[in-house]
Amino acid sequence: MFLIEVKDLEKTYYDGQTATPALRDISFTINQGEFAAIMGPSGSGKSTLLHILGFLDKQTAGDYFFNGKTMNDYSKKEIAQVRNKKMGFVFQAFNLLARTSVLENVRLPLIYSEIKESFWDNLTLKAIEAVGLSHRLNHLSSQLSGGEKQRVAIARALVNNPQVIFADEPTGNLDSKSGKAIMETLRQLNLKGQTIILITHEKEIADYTQRIIFFRDGRIERDSGAA
Amino acid sequence: MTLKHTFKTAFNGVKTNKSRSGLTILGIIIGITAIILVMSLGKGAEELILNQIRGLGSQTIIIEPGQEPRGPSNFAELFTNSLKQKDVEALKNPANVQGLKELTPNVMQVAPISFENESVRKNIIGSSELITEILEIYPNEGSFFTDDDIRQKNSVAVIGSKVKKELFGDSDALGKKIKIKGRSFKVVGILPAKGQVALFNIDELVIVPYTTAQLYLLGINYFNSIIARAENEKIVPQVVKSIELTLRETHNITDPEKDDFHIATQALAVERVGMVTGILTALLVSVAAISLVVGGVGIMNIMLVSITERTKEIGLRKALGATNKDIMLQFLLEAMILTGLGGIAGIIFGGLLSFIASFILSRIVSLDWTFAFPVSAALLGLAVAALVGLIFGLYPARQASLKSPMEALRYE
Repeated sequence: MFLIEVKDLEKTYYDGQTATPALRDISFTINQGEFAAIMGPSGSGKSTLLHILGFLDKQTAGDYFFNGKTMNDYSKKEIAQVRNKKMGFVFQAFNLLARTSVLENVRLPLIYSEIKESFWDNLTLKAIEAVGLSHRLNHLSSQLSGGEKQRVAIARALVNNPQVIFADEPTGNLDSKSGKAIMETLRQLNLKGQTIILITHEKEIADYTQRIIFFRDGRIERDSGAA
Repeated sequence: MTLKHTFKTAFNGVKTNKSRSGLTILGIIIGITAIILVMSLGKGAEELILNQIRGLGSQTIIIEPGQEPRGPSNFAELFTNSLKQKDVEALKNPANVQGLKELTPNVMQVAPISFENESVRKNIIGSSELITEILEIYPNEGSFFTDDDIRQKNSVAVIGSKVKKELFGDSDALGKKIKIKGRSFKVVGILPAKGQVALFNIDELVIVPYTTAQLYLLGINYFNSIIARAENEKIVPQVVKSIELTLRETHNITDPEKDDFHIATQALAVERVGMVTGILTALLVSVAAISLVVGGVGIMNIMLVSITERTKEIGLRKALGATNKDIMLQFLLEAMILTGLGGIAGIIFGGLLSFIASFILSRIVSLDWTFAFPVSAALLGLAVAALVGLIFGLYPARQASLKSPMEALRYE
């Protein structure tokens, strides 16, 4: 079974009478352990796809299976649980809680999980260690550099030991040096078996991955890893 | 998410926005302060009045001429001469009223009193020895005048401690003659200092036989009141009934609506005072409650702004696995923590202000005022504050819970 299976997916936005197609005829699969980039210019539909993959939005037509199940197989509460347990998110704008320590930011997904509180500290410290920020535990998010902030966000995505991490332009707000460091961190995580799906419009960022699915105008233009 | 962590999250939300939180709850603080202040002062005022009434004793029955005062436009004054000697005789007859231990008619007037060159204006009460039992005050020098003095309309007087001091200073007063409205009265007794008892300041009283007062001081043949004592507290309502029937008979009244007298007892007075202060307090509290509503609307307003401002945070939490319920609870608790804190601050401020007010009233205005801090009011204040948070937090919290998690992914 594939971790992610997308079949003839379509997404159309309706605004009154006008229909704007965002995605058309999208089909691909992703296996456990892959590091794939979804690449394309802005407006190509890659963010729309990520929303659907992250169970944050529903497609208009076609199928999306995550672990062999579609969004319709779950209740709203279960969808929240799937997002919490099986998926990790890294955003372009970091989205850390302001005036809150690194420790608390990374712990955030755990408070929404069913994991016992006695395990929280251990999991949090492990995730922070994995991104190399153990020396910054009690710093507030506002005291960190951009690169460090994104590391905190990656640790936060890791803390629940998810099956996949969705990273939406994780280097978009960083200088090229910090960006490269972040990509290196992601690659290291992948080498340890972490599945990562990256969204980017930059070729050199996409080149860190093993596979590039190139989007244009809502369609897959080419897929370097297509069987 | 466990309630503990929802609470922690909500508390952190309040804490990380300290100055905004403070400004938000200002309305609630003011509202609760006002409510606590009003309730505390209301309680104090009620106690003040009740203490005075309790001074009358539970067996005491007061009959006054005129209809019971029912409002500003009553005709009570038209009948102020309705209580006369024949009523006293009728009431004293056990065949008419059973269970009546004693009674005394009274007259009252403010009049000039002088001794040698000193002159003062004081309350003169024409009464009998029974008044000493009712006010629980007995001369510590000399003695009270006797029933013989009453029968013979003797010019004798018992004076309060302050009257003695003002007229005689430190010299002896007993046996001396004072002048009341120009007529000579022999001082036969001096009352000890006791201050305010049942609406009278004992220290400033001059008591003379009611017969003497009627004839020589006032020139009237009626009484300002008749004070009676029932044998025990239990039969008071029964005695009141008998007094009513007797007086209606002597006054030829068939319709109770046309009574030209009214009767007060401690129980009736306590009930009435409780009702009046209760209504007043309720009225003032409801005025103060308006500020709570205003405060609540303020909180709702700020919460809505804060939710728009925190769209990303809400989206992020949802992307990380928060359910709509988690988000709703978080913001609802934030509102309730805000109003709860406002409530606590209001209770402290209200208590403090009413303590200061009590201090001023008792020390500076020298009323017999006791500081009353009604715990029930504090609990009520806290509950109301939390309720305001619940009511006015509900809508913003629901708006927050309906936010799409995609907002967090979208970068502006």
